[in-house]
This record gives sequence, C-alpha cells and structure tokens, in this order.
Amino acid sequence: MTQALTTPSSEEKLHSEGGMDFLLTRQRKFVTVYLPLLVFTFVLLFPFYWMVITTFKSNDDIYDYAKNSPFWVFNPTLHNIKKLLFETSYPDWLWNTFMVSGTATVISLFASVLAAYAIERLRFKGSRWVGLSIYGAYLVPPSILFIPLATMVYKLGLFDSRWALILTYPTFLIPFCTWLLMGYFKSIPFELEECALVDGATRMQILTKIVLPLAVPGLISAGIFAFTLSWNEFIYALTFISSSENKTVPVGVLTELVDGDVYHWGSLMAGALFGSLPVALLYSFFVEYYVAGMTGAVKE
Amino acid sequence: MTGSPRKSLLERINNSADALGFLFMLPAAAILLVFLTYPLGLGFWLGLTDTKIGRPGIFIGLENYQSLFKDSVFWLSVYNTVGYTAVASVFKFLLGLVLALLLNQNIALKSFMRAILLLPWIVPTTLSAIAFWWMYDSQFSIISWVLIKAGWIDHYIDFLGDRWNARIAVTVANIWRGIPFVAISLLAGLQTISPSLYEAATIDGATPWQRFRHITYPLLTPIIAIVMTFSVLFTFTDFQLIYAITRGGPVNATHLMATLSFQRAIPGGQMAEGAAIAIAMVPFLIAAILISFFGLQRRAWQQGSKD
Repeated sequence: MTQALTTPSSEEKLHSEGGMDFLLTRQRKFVTVYLPLLVFTFVLLFPFYWMVITTFKSNDDIYDYAKNSPFWVFNPTLHNIKKLLFETSYPDWLWNTFMVSGTATVISLFASVLAAYAIERLRFKGSRWVGLSIYGAYLVPPSILFIPLATMVYKLGLFDSRWALILTYPTFLIPFCTWLLMGYFKSIPFELEECALVDGATRMQILTKIVLPLAVPGLISAGIFAFTLSWNEFIYALTFISSSENKTVPVGVLTELVDGDVYHWGSLMAGALFGSLPVALLYSFFVEYYVAGMTGAVKE
Repeated sequence: MTGSPRKSLLERINNSADALGFLFMLPAAAILLVFLTYPLGLGFWLGLTDTKIGRPGIFIGLENYQSLFKDSVFWLSVYNTVGYTAVASVFKFLLGLVLALLLNQNIALKSFMRAILLLPWIVPTTLSAIAFWWMYDSQFSIISWVLIKAGWIDHYIDFLGDRWNARIAVTVANIWRGIPFVAISLLAGLQTISPSLYEAATIDGATPWQRFRHITYPLLTPIIAIVMTFSVLFTFTDFQLIYAITRGGPVNATHLMATLSFQRAIPGGQMAEGAAIAIAMVPFLIAAILISFFGLQRRAWQQGSKD
C-alpha cells in the first residue's frame, strides 16, 4: 500500500533526482538552489516566527522597538497566554472546534467510505455519473452556500448550536474524502474481492475485512484532511454561531479578542498560535499522508 | 417461516450491485442533497425575492440584479475579485513552480524542507491572516520598521489605510498562503517525469531553458491545469483572508464578491441581495471550470500513472 503514497522510496529518489547533479559545481548550486530556497523558507515561515515571539513578549517590548531589537524576546512572559486562557472563552472555543471537527470528520468518513466503495467497486447503474457529481459538489464553494444555509439552519432551530456546523461541514468534507478514497480503493486488486466472493463473503464483510484494512493510509489521509478542513472553516462558523461560548477558534479569535479599537496584539498572537498548534502537530505526525492526500486529490 | 423471506431479501440486496450501491450511497447522498443541492437551489430562489433577516420575502423577479447592476460598490467588488484572482493566481503559479523546481533538486533535508514549507497551507487562514494583520499594523509594522532601519523609506507605510496599499497587502497574504499548495502539487508532478528524458536532452546539447520548455512544461501541463483550477476557484470565492485583514475596507477598496455578499446579507440583513451577489459568482466559476476542463481534454492523461 505504500506505493499509493506519492513519495517513492528514498533510494529511488536519489537515483531519479541526483541524476545530473554532477554537472553543477558547489558554488553554482549554492547560488541557484540553496539561496533561493533560503529566501522562500524565510518568507513562508516569518509570519509564524513573528506570531510565536509576539506571544511571549511583554507589552513593553511589543510596542517599543527602540529599546530592544524586535526580533527576539528579551523578557519572556506568559502574561498573554494567561490572559487568553483565563480571561476569555478561549478554552471553550478550543473545545467547540475540537468537538465539531471530530464529529464532522467521523460522519464524513463513514458516508465517504460507503460512497467511495459503491462508486468505485459496486459499479452500480450510473456510478460514473454519481462519481462526477461528487466531484462537482467539491467545486461548490461555501461562500455561495452560506446565505441559504443560514436560513435553513435558522428554520431547523439549529442556529447558534454545534449541530449547525456538524451538519454543514460534511458538505465540503464528503466530496473531498469520497474522491480521495476512490483513488485508494482503485489501487486494491479486484482479485482479492473475487476470492472472498467465491468463498461466500458478503459485500459488507469484503468492505470491512479486506478493503478497509488495505486502505488504512487512505483513511488516515482523508481523516486528517477532513479534521484540518473543519478546523480551518470560517464562514459557516461566523454566520451560524452568535454567542461567544459557542464560537470556534478562528471566529472567536477574530471577533472576541478585539475590543473596540484596542488590539491586544500579544493575546491575539497567542490565540492564533494556540489555534494553529493542534493542526500543526497533527500535520507533523502525518506529513506523508498530508502530501499524499493533497497530491492524490489533485491528481484524481 | 418468518426468518426465511427476510433472509432472502437481504441476500437479494447483497447480490444486486444496484440495490447495494443505492444503500451505500444513501448517507452521503442524503447529506449532500439536503445541505448542498437544496441550498444551492434555495440560493437562486432567495436572489429572486426580497427576503430580509427575520422576514420571509416574496418573489420580485430580477429586481435585485437590476439594482446590483446600477450599484457601483457591487461593480467595484467584481473588479476587485477578478483582479485579486488574476494577480494572485499568476504569482502563486510562478513562485510555486520555482519552489517546486528547487525542491525537485537533489538537496539536503529535502523531506524536512517540504514539510515545513507546507505550513502556511495547513494553518487556519484566519489565524495566519491575523499575523499578517499585525505585520501590516500602521504603527508597529515590522516591515516598515525594517525598511526604515535599512534607510529605504522615511515614514511608516500605511498598509491597510490606503486603497492600493491595502489591495497589494491582501494579495500578498493570499499569494503567501497559496504558494505551498501549488509547489507541493507541482513537485508531485515533477517527480513523475523520467530523468532519462533530461539525460537524453542534455546529451543532445539542450540548454536548461530548452529542457524546461520542451520536457518539463509539456509533461506538467495536465497537473498545472488542475492545480490552477482549484487555485482560481478558491481565490475567486475567498472570504476569510479579506474578512480577517481589512473587512473590505478602506472604503470598500478590498471588498470581494464573497465579503460584500456577507456584509449585505448578515450584518446588513438584506439576505436576498447577498444571495444575488453570491449567485453572480456562479458564471465566473463555471467559466473557470470549463476552461480547465477543455484544457485537460486536449491531452489524454492517465492520472497517477507513475506507479
């Protein structure tokens, strides 16, 4: 199943990419490869660096660049974090985001596994057409749907509740996960299923005992993607939730931590940092799956 | 007696691909039909009514669209959206391609580099946008501070208070967030190109530019088409980055169609007008999808063929 991941084994990589490296001198390689890479790395990571050091700065240092260099923390303080955790509803937001993302992910995975298996393997009448419309569903952006969804959510009595988000997030998670899982199911040999069918297994048994165990990398990819996408979701959470304690992290940080014209940049950055850490951690454990899922979904 | 017909029904379902397929599709189809297809239709309908928050509307035909047609702020948002999408997509593509080509070299710590460079794409957009907001602060901007120290400018830049500065600022933040996605996707495409092609071309005396133009670029076209379709779609319908950094200001200078739609519909209460603005995005999206679809048709291409 590792072939399904996009990265070839490290040995293969050396062969395929080191091919003509000998034509480059070391100095030339530094100027044409490492220097531009360094610039990219600096630009892409600087906002995070700035977020982290602002979090640990005292207010004196945040608003006075003359005394101490702004690029380092000279008097580290946990004041901003303490303020965030104990004087705002931040822990509630974290918990809400976690619950909503987790539940939406589980629902979406369940529906997507069944749908992907049906489209890819059962080959029922019209399965090709259904597969295409799932792809089409992925191309419908939330910014078009949020207004009619808001009226629906209100009519269903779900306004300002977690269920408003748990039920609407699958609209973008299911198409994505189904599409991703279809690619994984495609890579499982038909012969395995045929053997099981001959031995008298039902379709459900084939799915749970043969296909799913073989598609674990795909399930992990789909799961962490679904979780990350829900964690990052903004426009539905902004529209469907109104009371402070029900908000999710991205919405809470943006709407509640700014009071009037006073921006508490220290706590704002702490809020951004702590909202980013869970997905960044999840990401760091499953980098290969992320890359595989992302490029797999694009290639399908 | 009672057990056997039940069992045979189960068996019949189990043996019919159509019945089982229907059963397996049910959860996904139910959710998508109720929360995606229906609201899409409802959106079209709302755009033809005069619904306000807390008041169901009546059918008024194309009046919303007629008034939008004469609304200069709406047209400003259309121009902004098109410009934002065009400029950001071009830069995301060019810089993403350069980064992909760099990462495709034989470099030290390659997978580590690839991992950390994806971070801007992983982190919630709103939260990284807040970091940009702070870096664009009119009094404490670190960018202005560095430029002043370097002697290139003599006063702090008003990043978000000036129309064009604000437009450039949000576009830069969008490009920053989009580069990793383009780069890593294109890198996956690059890794499928056989090195023997480059070796053959080099032996025939091809310059690096010729190798790129005649090997890399044609073989990468299909994946470029898909990646850029996604990038264009998501940029065109972008909401959170603008909402977090400028909320459409100063004086509507950075309003996109999505942010204007939100502002009119939710804080403004004019649900119908907001829905009409959102629906006005649809023709653009369809055009973008069709362009990429026909671009793809030109080249029969086996997806994931590298294995």
